[in-house]
Amino acid sequence: MIPDDLDTIVGTLADRFAGERGALLPLLHAIQAEVGWVPDAAIPLVARALNLSRAEVHGVVTFYHDFRREPAGRHIVKLCLAEACKARGVGAIETALSDRLGLPIDETSEDGRVSFEAVYCLGLCATGPNALVNDKPVSRLDAHKIDRIVAQVSA
Amino acid sequence: MTRAYVSCDMASVALGADDIADALAAAGCEVIRTGARGLFAIEPLVEIETTDGARIAFGPVEPEDVPAILDGTHPNRIGDLATMPFFAKQQRFTFARCGITDPLSMADYTAHDGWKGLAAARALAPQAVVDAVKASGLRGRGGAGFPTGIKWQTVLDATAPEKFIVCNADEGDSGTFADRMLMEGDPYCLLEGMAIAGHAVGASHGYIYVRSEYPFAIRALNAAIERAAPILAPLTVEVRVGAGAYVCGEETALLESIEGKRGQVRAKPPLPAIQGLFGQPTVINNVLSLAAVPFILAEGPERYAEVGFGRSRGTMPVQLAGNVKNGGLFEIGFGITLGELVNAIGGGTESGRPVRAVQVGGPLGAYFPPSMFDTPFDYEAFAAAGGLIGHAGITVFDDSVDMAAMARFAMEFCAIESCGKCTPCRIGSTRGVETIDRIKGAAKREQALEAMPQMRNAKVKHRSVDEEIGVLRDLCETMKFGSLCALGGFTPYPVLSALDHFPEDFGGAPALPQAAE
Repeated sequence: MIPDDLDTIVGTLADRFAGERGALLPLLHAIQAEVGWVPDAAIPLVARALNLSRAEVHGVVTFYHDFRREPAGRHIVKLCLAEACKARGVGAIETALSDRLGLPIDETSEDGRVSFEAVYCLGLCATGPNALVNDKPVSRLDAHKIDRIVAQVSA
Repeated sequence: MTRAYVSCDMASVALGADDIADALAAAGCEVIRTGARGLFAIEPLVEIETTDGARIAFGPVEPEDVPAILDGTHPNRIGDLATMPFFAKQQRFTFARCGITDPLSMADYTAHDGWKGLAAARALAPQAVVDAVKASGLRGRGGAGFPTGIKWQTVLDATAPEKFIVCNADEGDSGTFADRMLMEGDPYCLLEGMAIAGHAVGASHGYIYVRSEYPFAIRALNAAIERAAPILAPLTVEVRVGAGAYVCGEETALLESIEGKRGQVRAKPPLPAIQGLFGQPTVINNVLSLAAVPFILAEGPERYAEVGFGRSRGTMPVQLAGNVKNGGLFEIGFGITLGELVNAIGGGTESGRPVRAVQVGGPLGAYFPPSMFDTPFDYEAFAAAGGLIGHAGITVFDDSVDMAAMARFAMEFCAIESCGKCTPCRIGSTRGVETIDRIKGAAKREQALEAMPQMRNAKVKHRSVDEEIGVLRDLCETMKFGSLCALGGFTPYPVLSALDHFPEDFGGAPALPQAAE
């Protein structure tokens, strides 16, 4: 859902970064924190607010993995697939989570309940496999912790 | 009232430290949250202060263990951590305070030798500060190993309306977490290093570029900047948050990102020290480089330089990660061998199976077999062995690892994260994945690009496995010498080292339904 007052939201947030050099990334982060994603409709508004071309803004939004171009699920499970977690057996954890959530990695469930996403390193490399569940870090993932995560995101 | 110390480091919280802190508080303790001590095998960890000020450690513990911890009967009583071999063998120059103090307490920081380096620096002329950093032999701890003092000299000598200090805290390498631990556990140390750098080169503003995957570090830094602002003045510092692009750890891509652009690498020259952020002379240093500076100024460069090996002076916060028993942060002078780190300190694998490979320096680092464990931890020695120290992360794998799958992942990761500027990296990484799939028999040879009828150089016969390996090596060569930055340039390191040291994993194995990931 694109909020009706998107232009007001973008305008208010842009004012917060007025006069700041290189304000584009902070502004996009702020929009995503407020709206949950960066709708395409926000791109011309941001461009106008920062005196950039729409192409420049589009280029930045599409370059960085963090900026969502579609709404995310109500719950977000990010699983680390980088080397140190691979060494600690994240392969089996990914399969199990994928089965239990009924989702392949990097997809959002059709009912908008949960997004299951890959992340490459959370800096918890001595205690993997690691995940971020709604921004809360969880380490040493095992069958028991997968049960807890699945219960948490079923709501 | 009993005083208890519990870490608030992201890794400790991920293991349940918050619940334990709550349980201790409910039992009537005064709970002080510190940074992480650095040995995660014993986390969640509690330290109870005795009447004479010593700390008795218990770990790993659960919230229901609190009564047994408080009456001292818990079986996981470790006692004084400083006497534990893992800690007793370390030389903590940079991480001296981490895990001991409350990260945001200015009183704690000052009481533990904080701000001494800055006071010493401000008593000196800028050139004398740069000379001290040069004399310490400090080299870029982000991985490149460039002498920090020479970088500072270049910026000091430049004349410009303004100069910047940029801290690279975009620690994206898997197997590394030292930057994160320092930012969460001792943020003032980094700020002090930045203030010294500002004084040394005449910079007025600093940026800390932190990856968005480190929310705890971002919070700690913002709080620390607010509290330390009067001491840091005239230098002002702000945090900039990345947006999930690994390539932004490359210094010029990082500058583009701060400027609000796509994180694409810049060609050098001009060097950032001459034309960096917003076109002005800029010092870009890794978190660990800047955090080493307060010690150097407070204790004297000789004290730092007397530790080390060859041209690698001082200490390196080594991170033991992956399938390793004693995973964590181990700060030690250069020269210790790789085998000592993995086996003597790390205790071998956590799974109890034999070590088969270790990757040093993150996703762009080479894989080493145990036969090379006598390599001393030193920039030059690792380069000679066909690898790199990088950010000093060591990721341990046991004998269940499929090295061809790891080589494939290196290429796949490069394809995901390439900024797109250089063709060998942008396209070569994808071709690398396809070639390894064909070597492994996971993809049909007739699907090879050059087997298409419209390709003029189509071979009459499909390539054999050996020929495919030849193509892969050729591709690595092109990426190595045809890329502007380390992402395309170093991705061949893990691939070639896997090919060289573990050829049996590339032997045309039976087709896999999907390469294991």
